[in-house]
Amino acid sequence: MNTAVVAFVQSAHTGEDTGLSETELLAPVIAEVKQKSGVSRFGFTCSGSCDYLAGAPFSFVAALDAVGAWPPISESHVEMDAAWALYEAWVRLQHGDIDTALVYGFGKSSQGDLREIMTLQLDPYYLAPLGPDQVSLAALQARAYLESSGAEEDDLLAVAARSRAAGRANPYALDLPDPDPTVGYEVAPLRPYDVAPITDGAAAIVLAAGDRARELCERPAWIRGIDHRSDAHQLGARDLTRSESAALAAARVGVGDVEVAELHAQFSHEELILRAALGLPDGVVVNPSGGPLAANPVMATGLIRIGEAAARIHDGSATRTLAHATSGPCLQQNLVCVMEAE
Amino acid sequence: MANPCAVIGVGQTEYRTKRLDVSIAGLVREAALRALEDADLTFGDIDAVVIGKAPDLFEGVMMPEAYLADALGARGKPVMRVHTAGSVGGSTALVAAGLIQGGVHDRVLVVAYEKQSESNATWALSTHPPMTASLVVGAGGYFAPHIRSYIRRSGAPDHIGTLVAVKDRVNALRNPYAHLKIEGISREMVEMTPMLWEPLRYLETCPSSDGAAAMVLASESAARGVNRPAWVHGAAMRSEPIFFAGRDTVNPQAGKDCAADVYGQAGITDPRRELDCAEVYVPFSWYEPMWLENLGFCGEGEGWKLTEQGATAFEGDIPWNPSGGVLSSNPIGASGLIRFAEAAQQVRGLAGDCQVEGARRALGHAYGGGAQFYAMWVVGTEKP
Amino acid sequence: MSSSAPNHALEFPGGYTRSVGPVIGRFLTELRDGRLVGVRTASGRVVVPPTEYDPEDGSAVTGEFVEVGPDCTVESWSWVPRPRRSHPLQRPFAWALIRPDGADTALLHALDLGVFEEGAKPPRELRTGMRVRPKWRSERSGGIGDIECFRPDIAMINDSRRTEYHLPPGRALERFLEGIAEGRFLGHRCGVCGKVYVPLKGLCPVDGVPTTEEVEVRDTGTVTTFAVNNIPDPRAPEVPFVSAYILLDGSDLAMLALVAGVPADQVRMGMRVRAEWRPREEWGATMANIKWFAPLDEPDVPFAAIKDHL
Repeated sequence: MNTAVVAFVQSAHTGEDTGLSETELLAPVIAEVKQKSGVSRFGFTCSGSCDYLAGAPFSFVAALDAVGAWPPISESHVEMDAAWALYEAWVRLQHGDIDTALVYGFGKSSQGDLREIMTLQLDPYYLAPLGPDQVSLAALQARAYLESSGAEEDDLLAVAARSRAAGRANPYALDLPDPDPTVGYEVAPLRPYDVAPITDGAAAIVLAAGDRARELCERPAWIRGIDHRSDAHQLGARDLTRSESAALAAARVGVGDVEVAELHAQFSHEELILRAALGLPDGVVVNPSGGPLAANPVMATGLIRIGEAAARIHDGSATRTLAHATSGPCLQQNLVCVMEAE
Repeated sequence: MANPCAVIGVGQTEYRTKRLDVSIAGLVREAALRALEDADLTFGDIDAVVIGKAPDLFEGVMMPEAYLADALGARGKPVMRVHTAGSVGGSTALVAAGLIQGGVHDRVLVVAYEKQSESNATWALSTHPPMTASLVVGAGGYFAPHIRSYIRRSGAPDHIGTLVAVKDRVNALRNPYAHLKIEGISREMVEMTPMLWEPLRYLETCPSSDGAAAMVLASESAARGVNRPAWVHGAAMRSEPIFFAGRDTVNPQAGKDCAADVYGQAGITDPRRELDCAEVYVPFSWYEPMWLENLGFCGEGEGWKLTEQGATAFEGDIPWNPSGGVLSSNPIGASGLIRFAEAAQQVRGLAGDCQVEGARRALGHAYGGGAQFYAMWVVGTEKP
Repeated sequence: MSSSAPNHALEFPGGYTRSVGPVIGRFLTELRDGRLVGVRTASGRVVVPPTEYDPEDGSAVTGEFVEVGPDCTVESWSWVPRPRRSHPLQRPFAWALIRPDGADTALLHALDLGVFEEGAKPPRELRTGMRVRPKWRSERSGGIGDIECFRPDIAMINDSRRTEYHLPPGRALERFLEGIAEGRFLGHRCGVCGKVYVPLKGLCPVDGVPTTEEVEVRDTGTVTTFAVNNIPDPRAPEVPFVSAYILLDGSDLAMLALVAGVPADQVRMGMRVRAEWRPREEWGATMANIKWFAPLDEPDVPFAAIKDHL
């Protein structure tokens, strides 16, 4: 079943808590995506969020209040980035009995210490008890990558500078200054600007199938391929200098001649590893939105990549785009979605 | 329409208060390897893995699918993690089945688990953000008022809950995996136990278990030549908000709609007559009569009569929870998947001493949150 | 996260109790005895730290444990100039993937390179390929922390977790609690269905639209249904206590609250109640202003009037 992204909405992301609950952050996004798509009842609804980020179990229960789930709706939830909720919705649309789906994700990293919260997703016997934080592990991968590739720290700086400049031009991303190369290490070899900022935000996408997509959207972003793969969790049991699972997902999807790629790179070096894994030539425009280094509302960031890549097709500025999302430490799981105009 | 989907392997762990002999991965692998063995497959044959469990706070491992990928042979494969509160075991099975029905994969491993002994469920479920305006006191405290409403509305006599508590524990005596096995279980024994959340007594509530369950699901081509597959005849999920004006909490609309959807897909108009047995999520005794009505096995207000007449007993015309159900084993995140798997085992004729004779069509059911999330499937011996 | 003291924490009292199973258990036991072991996989590789399965393909490992190390090689590293509270060392150190001699995989651990000022740059001797050995704690208990850290050759040297949050109540709950601070119950009326929600939510869960019309309702109401709880709870004065759904007069949605001032066995569906406020000088923006709901001297509401609120 041919399926397309027909509407994408995101919040104006913030770098600090604005006093809104998750549900309050999400509600206007849902209202806007319904209005934009012209659909208010969906064949399927799926969301992605994280209890540990919210600080309480069942973060998705209150969020359902924002959807207007009455009469009852066909609905599910993944405790993963909402890009995987979109994958679940895409699979559901393949059954052929429904023709619309609503997908959303939300997260407020400002409420807790994100770096340490992410430690909780590590192997609970050998890794988590040591307390390594997210940035330290990313830096470990950065070191391995720099040494094997011959890339320099300046190459990381260039990624950060380009991402922040693009982010300043994006009304939804944070307004971050040009990186200061004289600043010290956060965790060597990563400097603060190599690390995605703490961000609160939400996003929603409407998918539609076949003729329904054409009715709802002038230029639907047709999903030509979507696939996700996992690497081993144990960092010592995999080659950190590459992303085998991203390469595998890309090979299954068939990247082709994409013009734009939105990559879920939460650290500068991850963009470089992903470019290699996805086989992106130099001419491809990477993260024109600014990417996660300019706004990183955890649990929605991956979904936003799909939305941003689709938006380039909606507005006619590109005909074939790629979106990538990741989950787990050091790019453990990777999702690749390639979209195209009619 | 959706592609056919078959259950070709089922694996369960023994359910216990504490499975101190295994790690989390060890527990999950025990179920997964048994399901693979049943299907005569290895990890290498599997296309994708879907993992389900209830809140991460139970074990204090966030997004454990990342850590469990290695243990489930998932390197280089798609791994997903589903979380829909208590219904998660059922939803996880449906997400996995969806991968087959959508034509995406041929063989999917689905696993759900909970290792409740690593912390304490009441702590994990009662951890509210500060300043919450409402008082909610554990699962029993949440559900007891709605049970009271049911009793008042239906005029059911007080002892109906006790009958369910006894019936499911009698069934559990036949199930080698069951957690609670109470020899000589009787009404007197249940009635002697303390009232926890009136009208619920101790033995009318589910235990807290460690355990995991797994299934291997297959496409039509992958199920060809397989020994006794169970076929999915209908699958559906429904959700509604937890608190809203005019909500019927006793007989929620989402449950009725979900049942109508699966029956419609399976061509069932009279579930009591056309189904041979049902594995229904009954964590508190009174939810059997309540769900009998919600799932259309009888009219509103009539559910308790079926229970009282013994219709749902192992020897009754429509056995409910021949495995002993959630009242006998409750690794929360896995409990829904166990219902779905037990329904499959019945129509495969592989339910052992719990086998309902001649079962050819069965319902698997799960619910969660404030009785607001539903997942159901109907499985059958015949390919649809 | 803001720098003030957190207002919420997730911390399971006493810490999670993790059974480790036979393979991790063997590793930890050997660790306690000061030995580093790996497990051999079916394909002949040695996995450290050992798991029940080969991380390559999920196949079960053999039962053969192999002593590895103590000499090890650093495969990759990161440098932490400002350690976090949760880190194993409280002065600048490296995280490293460390492969013991005789092993085919690496384990993660901290690498101590000596005393540095906070914010220090990575020392020159820190490099991939560097040879290191574990520094054992003198008192070992069978955890990955039995190795205090690794340290360079020759030269030198339970699962409790707490995540802290600053959770805002959100605009709607904040507004509701402002009302409670003044002794008022505030609700919202939905512009679509006209129903009144107390506490106000700022949106209608049925229609999925924002709500803004504020409505004040009385502090009296009717018990629709309830449970008698015999399990102690810090929010309740004693056992048994009654948690009840109370439909405030003027609201369309019952809220769960404590009912007291009456023996538990005399609480009824349809009973009329009123909020029992603490003394005004103790009020704040919190539900604790209300001790509980106590019976009113009024006749019960007939069942027919509450049956649609169950």
